Amino acid sequence: MDLVVARPEGLYCPPGNFYIDPWRPVDRAVITHGHSDHSRPGNGHYLTAAPGAPILRKRLGADIALDTLAYGETINHHGVTVSLHPAGHVLGSAQVRLEYRGEVWVASGDYKLDDDGTCTPFEPVRCHTFITESTFGLPIYRWIAQRELFADINAWWRINAANRRTSVLFCYALGKAQRLLSGLDPSIGPIVAHGAMAPLNQIYRDAGIALPATHSAAEVSDPVALRTSLVLAPPSAQGTPWIKRFGDYADGFASGWMHLRGTRRRRGVDRGFVMSDHADWPGLQQAIAATGAQRVFVTHGQVEVMVRWLNEQGLQAQGFVTEYGNEEADTHDVAPQAAIEAQLGSVPA
Amino acid sequence: MKAFADLYSRLDATTSSNSKLRFLQDYFQSASAADAAWAVYFLAGGRPRRVVPTKLLRDLAIQSSRLPAWLFEESYEAVGDLAETITLLLPLSQSTSSEGLAVWVQDRLLPLRSGAPDQMVARLVSLLSELDRASQLVFIKLITGSFRVGVSRLLVTRALAALSGVDAKRIAQRMVGYTDISARPTAELYERLIAPAGDDLQDTRDPGQPYPFFLAHALQTDSSTFDVQLGEPALWQVEWKWDGIRAQLVKRDGQIWIWSRGEELVTERFPELAALANHVPDGTVLDGEIVVWKDAQVQSFALLQQRIGRKTLGAKLLAQVPVALLAYDVLEWQGTDIRQQSQSARREKLVELVARAAQAQLLISKVLQGDAWADFAQQRAQARSLGVEGLMLKNVSAHYGVGRTKDVGVWWKWKVDPYTVDAVLIYAQPGHGRRASLYTDLTFAVWDAPEDVQERTLVPFAKAYSGLTDSEMNQVDAIIRKTTMEKFGPVRRLSPTLVFELGFEGISISTRHKSGIAVRFPRMLRWRQDKPLKEADTLQSLRALLPQSSSAELLS
Repeated sequence: MDLVVARPEGLYCPPGNFYIDPWRPVDRAVITHGHSDHSRPGNGHYLTAAPGAPILRKRLGADIALDTLAYGETINHHGVTVSLHPAGHVLGSAQVRLEYRGEVWVASGDYKLDDDGTCTPFEPVRCHTFITESTFGLPIYRWIAQRELFADINAWWRINAANRRTSVLFCYALGKAQRLLSGLDPSIGPIVAHGAMAPLNQIYRDAGIALPATHSAAEVSDPVALRTSLVLAPPSAQGTPWIKRFGDYADGFASGWMHLRGTRRRRGVDRGFVMSDHADWPGLQQAIAATGAQRVFVTHGQVEVMVRWLNEQGLQAQGFVTEYGNEEADTHDVAPQAAIEAQLGSVPA
Repeated sequence: MKAFADLYSRLDATTSSNSKLRFLQDYFQSASAADAAWAVYFLAGGRPRRVVPTKLLRDLAIQSSRLPAWLFEESYEAVGDLAETITLLLPLSQSTSSEGLAVWVQDRLLPLRSGAPDQMVARLVSLLSELDRASQLVFIKLITGSFRVGVSRLLVTRALAALSGVDAKRIAQRMVGYTDISARPTAELYERLIAPAGDDLQDTRDPGQPYPFFLAHALQTDSSTFDVQLGEPALWQVEWKWDGIRAQLVKRDGQIWIWSRGEELVTERFPELAALANHVPDGTVLDGEIVVWKDAQVQSFALLQQRIGRKTLGAKLLAQVPVALLAYDVLEWQGTDIRQQSQSARREKLVELVARAAQAQLLISKVLQGDAWADFAQQRAQARSLGVEGLMLKNVSAHYGVGRTKDVGVWWKWKVDPYTVDAVLIYAQPGHGRRASLYTDLTFAVWDAPEDVQERTLVPFAKAYSGLTDSEMNQVDAIIRKTTMEKFGPVRRLSPTLVFELGFEGISISTRHKSGIAVRFPRMLRWRQDKPLKEADTLQSLRALLPQSSSAELLS
């Protein structure tokens, strides 16, 4: 029997009578991670991986009915054995493993394979049926190593600092910001974090992730220091009075979509840095192969492409219609941006 | 190649003209003259003849990535740029080449043409494996002829001027013809571009060399303000704005050269004009418009376009679709550059020259008469029925400038307002470049019957890409995704919900279009959110715009 089916409320486990990342309010929700298209308000009960609990509480309210599991820990719910396994996407992100009468299904949520140092790395989980995302499910997407990426970003910052020009790097507040922080070279200058990021940075620090010191813009009062600083800001800060204080700044944007020249130019920033918290094409193929699954459901992103490709590879693949991400991956970053804005409410100055 | 690819990446990453200028100067400063020669050529818009067929490049990408063809096409659709798609699918390369641009173009790219087609793929794969990713992209762009990086010819000229201390106008003059398809940039030619002033003697010049074209500015104010804005009409030479191909006719050393406005040598396309060699004196350069001329009047641009499309020009075609040059300026007279003389002085010489030649295919663009601007406004109102685009106003004291300038006098183009119709969006396709993966290539339809007819349908008649703001584009894109009924490859058929006001410059009968109508330069003028679908225009209202004589004009 199918352990997960698509329902109007979200992905549903019939024998367990619960949902995974539902997009409409339900009684019981298993949450893969804290990005707002996967964890929505209004559910009766939440279950998530322990490291992600503070993020959910911060976003959905301290008073939500929330249970947590350590990675690998199991619970039984109506005869379904449920456990959560690292997805390597952001802090606390998990794949959901379901076992029922000898049948094993894994729902991946969002994932990436490389260890980025700011969350528990992805672990392949053997299963009969795997539910995979497909945000970057086209062979044009192959990420460069994180080491090279950070070298590029630091080199850009260093040149701007030498020219006394503030470097403003736009990125999403949960996951990207902390990952960038972990790779920045604080010897170049002060690091300023937008107010929307500070609480999330604190959650990461509390979880024992080493991040360099960050300041609010107001704390860097020396104008020269400000011009040598690197500022992390959510995309929604673009064009706000807050950002104007940095004068004639150089700007960059960190996202997997920056891989394409067209999206880079459309963004209208000086530099696009290709940094994604999703698997690239080889990563998706590797992850799917590692599960040993013969049956694959593809969600949000390049669903049609991946389904056709996987079927041609001899797997039994089909698509699930979900409300994660957006209708198609090629709607670029509209969805994540909207998600962040929803998550932040009004952006503090 | 690395240095040139770095320049490309730097130019691509900024929108500031000053930064671009600095990057160009940095490159020209450090590049060898041979490399700089080719860099100028490509940056200023030069395109060598196609060396490698596009299909072969696709095959190469598919083979070396070991992907099915359909997946290549899906990838291309997402990227919206062929060279970039191929680069992103090639095996990751660890190499980089410090050999210069000239070596890569002359010794590697161009010789591919003479090799056997079956060896071309292997040779290309091996060449590409010597390059880093950024260089691969640039190299493939050079091959596909899609090398564009937001640098204008003017900007290249300015960079060279800053570098050499030579006046930018002089450099522009020297650059004419530099990017012609048959041109081969060399170190020597580059040195000549930037040589100190005074060195460009007549005898070192290519005898066919034309002058940079003087370009007009659009006049967009109402004619009631002309008296204030332009002064009295007597200060202006007023002519029709012809709808043809802008060209210079150069006659020197007993020979004729015809240059199009894109600085392309097109002499062979117009044997009638080449035949003027015996009738125009040496040391003459004329500026004018090539048009199809029959029964003492100008014919539609569509007809000219069909003639240009023909590979071979048979006697029958030449008799059926004869061209003429409507001359409106003379830039060189008796071997002397007279561009610094006034418009009226040049006009006198032109009148004399055309009269003396007395050839049917060399006509003069007549000067229109009027006492007040209102008289000209009336004549402009007839432009469409006469097959012209509007009026040209040339300051009688204007010199002949370089490019779109106003520093030595001005030319205004006072075009008729575009035709407009309200049309319904029915198909959409992702755009290219900056618009890749946004649905911006749009197909529009009109109703095939008036509103009171029960079963009427929408007939597609035009595609348009431009005219919307970025924010409108994003909104329309989102609606397209929500209203898709069917997909055929990259094309989406939409449930019709949106009405746009389209503008276009010309309209003619067409057997190649389903609607039976072809329009010229269609673009979106406005998104008519106020207009219900049923009030969009009909085929009948579109046909009513056709010029009376147009049915007879088509080539059989």
